[in-house]
Amino acid sequence: MEAAVRCEKLVKKYGELAAVDGLDLEVRRGECFGLLGPNGAGKTTTVEVLEGLNDATAGEVEVLGMRWDRNEAALRQRLGISLQETHLPDRLTVEENLRLFRSFYAQGRPVDEVLEQVELTDKRATWTVKLSGGQKQRLAVACALVSDPELLFLDEPTTGLDPQSRRQLWDVVLDFKSRGRTVLLTTHYMDEAERLCDHVAVVDKGKIIALGTPRELIASLGGDEIVELATQQPLAPEELTGLPSVKAARRSADGIALTVEQLHLALPAILAHTGPLGLTRLSTHHATLEDVFVHLTGRHLRE
Amino acid sequence: MNAPVAAAARPHPLRELTLARLRLFFREPGAVFWTFGFPLLLSVALGIAFRNRPPEPVSIAVESPQLQRALQGAAGVRLELLDDEAARRALRTGKVELVVQPGPPVVYLFDPTRPESRLARALADAALHPRGPPATIDAPVTEPGSRYIDFLIPGLIGMNIMSSGMWGIGYVVVEMRTRKLLKRLVATPMSRAQFLWSFVIMRALFLLLELPILLGFAWLAFKVGVAGSLPLLVGVCIVGAMSFAGLGLLVASRAQNTQTVSGLINLVMLPMFVGSGVFFSTARFPEAVQPFLRALPLTALNDALRAVMIDGAGPSGVAGPLLLLAALAAVTFAAALRIFRWR
Repeated sequence: MEAAVRCEKLVKKYGELAAVDGLDLEVRRGECFGLLGPNGAGKTTTVEVLEGLNDATAGEVEVLGMRWDRNEAALRQRLGISLQETHLPDRLTVEENLRLFRSFYAQGRPVDEVLEQVELTDKRATWTVKLSGGQKQRLAVACALVSDPELLFLDEPTTGLDPQSRRQLWDVVLDFKSRGRTVLLTTHYMDEAERLCDHVAVVDKGKIIALGTPRELIASLGGDEIVELATQQPLAPEELTGLPSVKAARRSADGIALTVEQLHLALPAILAHTGPLGLTRLSTHHATLEDVFVHLTGRHLRE
Repeated sequence: MNAPVAAAARPHPLRELTLARLRLFFREPGAVFWTFGFPLLLSVALGIAFRNRPPEPVSIAVESPQLQRALQGAAGVRLELLDDEAARRALRTGKVELVVQPGPPVVYLFDPTRPESRLARALADAALHPRGPPATIDAPVTEPGSRYIDFLIPGLIGMNIMSSGMWGIGYVVVEMRTRKLLKRLVATPMSRAQFLWSFVIMRALFLLLELPILLGFAWLAFKVGVAGSLPLLVGVCIVGAMSFAGLGLLVASRAQNTQTVSGLINLVMLPMFVGSGVFFSTARFPEAVQPFLRALPLTALNDALRAVMIDGAGPSGVAGPLLLLAALAAVTFAAALRIFRWR
C-alpha cells in the first residue's frame, strides 16, 4: 500500500530565505506522524504545502497517492484540515459552523455524531465567539472531522490550551487513529508527540534532523535518564563522562546535564565526584524528546 | 456504502453558505442599521429640508416713489425705495435681486446669471407693462411625481443598493481574508463560485426586505408612489443589486486588509455619489462629461428606477440601463472569480 503522505527534497523559499530546505518525509497509512520542532522551524510551511495551500519551490509531493496539480478536487474530498489559526465566524453557532463545513463534502459524518465526539453537544447553540480556547480548537478539529477524512492534518492543535483541553483533544486524535485513519500533526510539545505519535520527525531550520519512533529517538541518547546538576566550583562536563553508566555529558543553561543508562550505578559515582566541589543542585528525569532536541541542536524547543 | 442516506444527510452547500451570510448579517446590529435605518433617516432629513413651501418673494429696489406705486400690485415681490447708491450696494451684496431706475427708458440693473434676478426682472416688467406680452395662465404644480422628494426617493434607493452592496460584500470578504477564514474554506472542496454566489443571492434577498420598507415609508410620509409596475421595480433593483454585488466582490478580490478595501470602496463610490443623479440631476454637469456619467452603473440604476417610479415606464423603457447593469454584473463576477485571492 502506498504511503499516506510522501515528499522528497521539498524546498520552499520566500525570497532568499528557505523556510523548508530539502525535506524528505513519509507518513504510513494508519499512523500518527508528528513534526516536532521550535517555532519558525518550517513545520507550518511544510504542512501547508502538503495540504495544497502553498506551492513548493521545488520537490515532489504525493498525498494519498495523488498530486495536487492533477487531483485537487478528489484530494480535497478526502482530507481533514485544521489550520494553525482559523477564526470561524464569530456569530455562527457551533452547529451552524459544522453544518456549513459538512455541506462542502459529498460524503461525511452526521453533525450530531461529530459534536458528540468532540464533546460540544451542549454548546451546539453557542456562538463561536463565546467559546473558550479549548472549545474553539475542538470545533476547528470537528470541522476537519465532519468529512470523515482518511487523512487528518493538525497544525499545532493544542498550542495555548490548558492541560484538560489538551487531553480532550488528544482523546479525539487517538480515537480517530484507532479507526485506522492517518494523522499528521505539528507540535512543539514533546509530551504531545510522545503520547500521540507513532513516528516523529524532529525539524530544525527547514530540515529533518532526526526521525524515528519516540522510543528510538530517546534511545539514541544512549540512556533513558537525564541527570542535571550544578556545583559551586567550576566543573567541566568531560570530567564526568568516564563515570559508570554515564553516556554523555554537556553544559546546560545553568549547569551540566548527563545522559545516564542506569541511575543506581551512576548516582553514587556522581555524588562522590561532585561532593567536594560543593554540589548545589541535582535532579533527575526520564529522557524526553526535548532532551533529544537539545542533544541535537544545543537549543531548547521553545527558545 | 449507503449513498442515498449520505446524500440526504448532506445539507446543500449554496443554501448553507447563503444562510450563513444572512445569519451573520442579522446578528450584527450595526450592519442592520446601516442597511435599513440609515436610508430611512436620510430620506426623512432630506424630505424635511426640501418639503414644498410657498415661494419666497423676490426683493426689488426702486429709485423713485412713482416706480414704487407702479410695482405695488406685482405678486411675489418685496419692494424697497432706496437712493441710487444704496440700491447699487444692496444689489452688490445680494440684499435685492434687481434695481429699477426711473426712465424713460426704465433701466433694470441685475446680474443675468442669478435666476432670482431674472425672475425679478420678469415680474417687474410684467407689472410695468400689463398689456405687453400675450396673456398666459400659470398653473402651479404640486402633484406627486414632480416634486423634489419624488426625484429623491428613487435616487436614495439606488444609492442604498450601491453602498450596501459594496460595504456589505467588499468589507466582509476582506475581513474573512484577514481572519484566514477564506484559507480554511478553500482547504475544503467548497465550490468557489458558489461561495461568491452566496453573496449575490444574499443581496438580492435583502432587497425584498429593504424595498418594502423604503417604499412603504416614502408612501406614508411623502405620498411618493410607484407609477409603473411593482414587479418591474423589484426586477430593476435585483439586477442593480447583482451588479453592485459583482463590483463589491471585484473590489475585495485582492485587498489584504480592511483599510485598503475601505479606500477602494470609497474611490469607486464617490464619483457615483456625486455624478449619478442621487441628489440632483446629472443634467447639471457639462455636456462633455455626460457620456462618462451615463456609463456609471448607479446612473443607469437611478435612471431605470426613476423611469419606473415616476414615468411609469414598462420593460422596454428600462431595457438599456438594465442591459448595462446585467453586463456589469456578469463581467465583475467573472473577473472577481478569476483574480480572487483566497489565501
